[in-house]
Amino acid sequence: MSEILLAAQNVTKKFPGVLANDDVSIRLRPGRILALLGENGAGKSTLVNVLFGMYRPDSGQVVIKDETVDLHGPDDAISRGIGMVHQHFQLVPPMRVVENIVLGDEPTKRGLVDLDEARNRVVELSERYGLEIDPDALVEDLPVGMQQRVEILKALYRNADVLIMDEPTGVLTPQEADHLLGVLRELTETGLGIVFITHKLREVLAIADDIVVLRNGQVVGETTPSQTSEGGLAEMMVGRSVVLQVEKSAADPGDVVLKVSELEVNDDRGQVALDGLNFEVRAGEILGVAGVEGNGQRELVEAITGLRHPAFGVMEIDGEELTSSSPRQITKKGVAHIPEDREKHGVVAVYSVAENSILNRYHRKPFSIRGILRRHVIRGHAQDVVDEFDVRTPNVLVPASSLSGGNKQKLIVGREFSDEIKLLIAAQPTRGIDIGAIEFIHRRILEQRDKGTAVLLVSAELDEILGLSDRIAVLYDGKIMDVIDAHDADREKIGLLMAGITD
Amino acid sequence: MSRSILRTIAVPLVAVVLGLLIGAVLILSQNASPSTAYTALVVGGLGDADAVLRTLQKATPLIFGGLAVAFAFKAGMFNIGGQGQLLIGAVFAAGVGFGIDGLPMVVHLPLALLAGAIAGAIWGGLAGTLKATTGAHEVIVTIMLNFVAGNLTDWLSANPWKDNSGNNIVARTPLVEDSATIPTLGAVPVGFLLAVAAAATCWMVLERTTYGFEVRSVGHNRNAAQYSGIKVGWIMSSTMAVAGMLAALGGAVESLGVDGRFEAGVNVGLGFEGITIALLARANPLGVIPAALLVGLMEAGASRMQFKAGVAPELIDVIQALILFFVAAPIIIKWLLRMRHDTSEQLQLGAGWGKS
Repeated sequence: MSEILLAAQNVTKKFPGVLANDDVSIRLRPGRILALLGENGAGKSTLVNVLFGMYRPDSGQVVIKDETVDLHGPDDAISRGIGMVHQHFQLVPPMRVVENIVLGDEPTKRGLVDLDEARNRVVELSERYGLEIDPDALVEDLPVGMQQRVEILKALYRNADVLIMDEPTGVLTPQEADHLLGVLRELTETGLGIVFITHKLREVLAIADDIVVLRNGQVVGETTPSQTSEGGLAEMMVGRSVVLQVEKSAADPGDVVLKVSELEVNDDRGQVALDGLNFEVRAGEILGVAGVEGNGQRELVEAITGLRHPAFGVMEIDGEELTSSSPRQITKKGVAHIPEDREKHGVVAVYSVAENSILNRYHRKPFSIRGILRRHVIRGHAQDVVDEFDVRTPNVLVPASSLSGGNKQKLIVGREFSDEIKLLIAAQPTRGIDIGAIEFIHRRILEQRDKGTAVLLVSAELDEILGLSDRIAVLYDGKIMDVIDAHDADREKIGLLMAGITD
Repeated sequence: MSRSILRTIAVPLVAVVLGLLIGAVLILSQNASPSTAYTALVVGGLGDADAVLRTLQKATPLIFGGLAVAFAFKAGMFNIGGQGQLLIGAVFAAGVGFGIDGLPMVVHLPLALLAGAIAGAIWGGLAGTLKATTGAHEVIVTIMLNFVAGNLTDWLSANPWKDNSGNNIVARTPLVEDSATIPTLGAVPVGFLLAVAAAATCWMVLERTTYGFEVRSVGHNRNAAQYSGIKVGWIMSSTMAVAGMLAALGGAVESLGVDGRFEAGVNVGLGFEGITIALLARANPLGVIPAALLVGLMEAGASRMQFKAGVAPELIDVIQALILFFVAAPIIIKWLLRMRHDTSEQLQLGAGWGKS
């Protein structure tokens, strides 16, 4: 057996204006799990893409099974036994499991696809690795955890010795994630090596044999779970000590601000996404909405903020019915909205920081008077937002597209918090941003709560929900399974509810 | 600042140079002299007062047509309906121009222009409203409305509004009254001044008003526009109406200032040149003016070029097509100039296709 399954040796990769990988070396041995840790933009994706043959390094080598190789593309990497499971699955939903697994490498008999042999191999593989699956099920009928299993089988079918897993637990419930970690551990017992990319520190400590931390394209630390802690890893990633858990005082809830009754909302395909929701959010409290993504969270946020019209039910803000009102009418009532997809809804990429700072306020005084924009006022306002919310930008006239994700998010938060607000709808407020910015935004959300704002926090990150919420509603399949007080909540309990299990 | 302006105009500028260079090769291949031909072209377009007047007259509907495409483009829509909008504007302006008499010029001329503008706004707004309410793609609708407009104006000028003077058999309206005729100040037609004012107004509206902010927001990111409370459907309808009005004004100025009447077949194809102009101007309303002047000059000087250098005037169309090709494929020019891929505003012509 090879000494080294997969290695990067002094890999350097430049993009215009960015040194994405700077002399990076990692090595993966058979039967081990290597966790690759780093913030967005630290160079993890670039490194993985180099190892998978998507990019060619400017200098340095890729080693596969003790042999220096020159990869010409992903096909090359796959034929040498590298398998990759992407964060967003690369499956064809209306096709069957076995068809998805052989796709791109179909066995043929006299020019026709021969699925029988493939089916036998799939069954054999799934039995050997404990990855039970029905080879003839349609992928679109499978839950997310099963779809991920198809992706893993796809790699194993191609005789992978190395699995690269990119953020594999992002779409799973805590229990599903634990199960996956168990499966991965079993896989390594046959000598397989795994590169595991994640930003969840707890998982790294739970599963990894070796940990490599990247920052600004460089390896800044190599360690093992026994030598470090969550705090230690976070410090390595960020380069300074960070607060992972923002301190918070007890809530002092006031009057009901948001009241939702029997809310029914359809998704884009006209299917029922929310099925009779009832809940309230009071002034000065944070109601967290937990749940695996795709269980109605997006539709909930869109219905409350006026972007989607409910099919049935009533939504009241401060006692006034606002069901099916326009986004502008709702904003006018003192509702701020941090949208889940900042690129899609939150900013206009080609607009300057200044223009983005008034995106939903341009029509009001003092930003415009009688239809004419007042550029000096707008720039002054943008400068205030930038200063107060620590948005790192050379000036307020650069396009928002030049800002990092965290700074874009701080700009959005700053914009939304620049008025007196009664209700804050925060959807995935810290998705894909660096730890420093997460801490900053968490503090600001708590500050709003303490000022008496009612906060609806929707997040797929259970840690975020647990850390900020005063009460937690768990959404599963368009219904609220239960609302629990944050004091009584733990990962286990919420995880079961997220999977739709009540006892 | 000057650097960023330079970057902005680099592509169209180099496109023009490349177009002229390849044009020169074509002239050589006809055993003619490029320098003689291009000199004749410039003299024909700028040599004397008459030449300047010709250039400015040619440029005027091009400015309006270019604005009609550029303005709609700012809201993310591709207005292919300039031709139809122009015809509608031309025929209704002429209708008011010959149909009413006894009004003083200060009333009659603005009234005739307004008639054309309103008709064009309705014509363009129709496409925008259909898109906003039913999702019908504006490219398809405006193309079809071009045919409707062509036939409608043919019919109007051949039947109810036909010029029955003498033994006229042509489909055309009577000449417009003097009080509805656009005058000329020296070598400068007043219609051209109107076009320049329209370009400046478009720029002001887009860059300095809340309405312009809404239009640009819809064009750049429809979802974010919706998030920020903008009525996206209204913006689609209204920008297409403005676009239709602009193209129609181009037609009205042709009727009232150049031809003196509406005649079927005279303005064929003129409305489509707006697309070339808007592309060359990279959808910038102010850029439309030099782009239209350049093309206007080439068209004004073409016959002199043919006369002096023996080069077929169709060469002008070839050069225009080449310029358009290079503008539409800026990658070639960026490669030539070794320009970095910039993140600034990109002009993409596919915008709108497939994502109604």
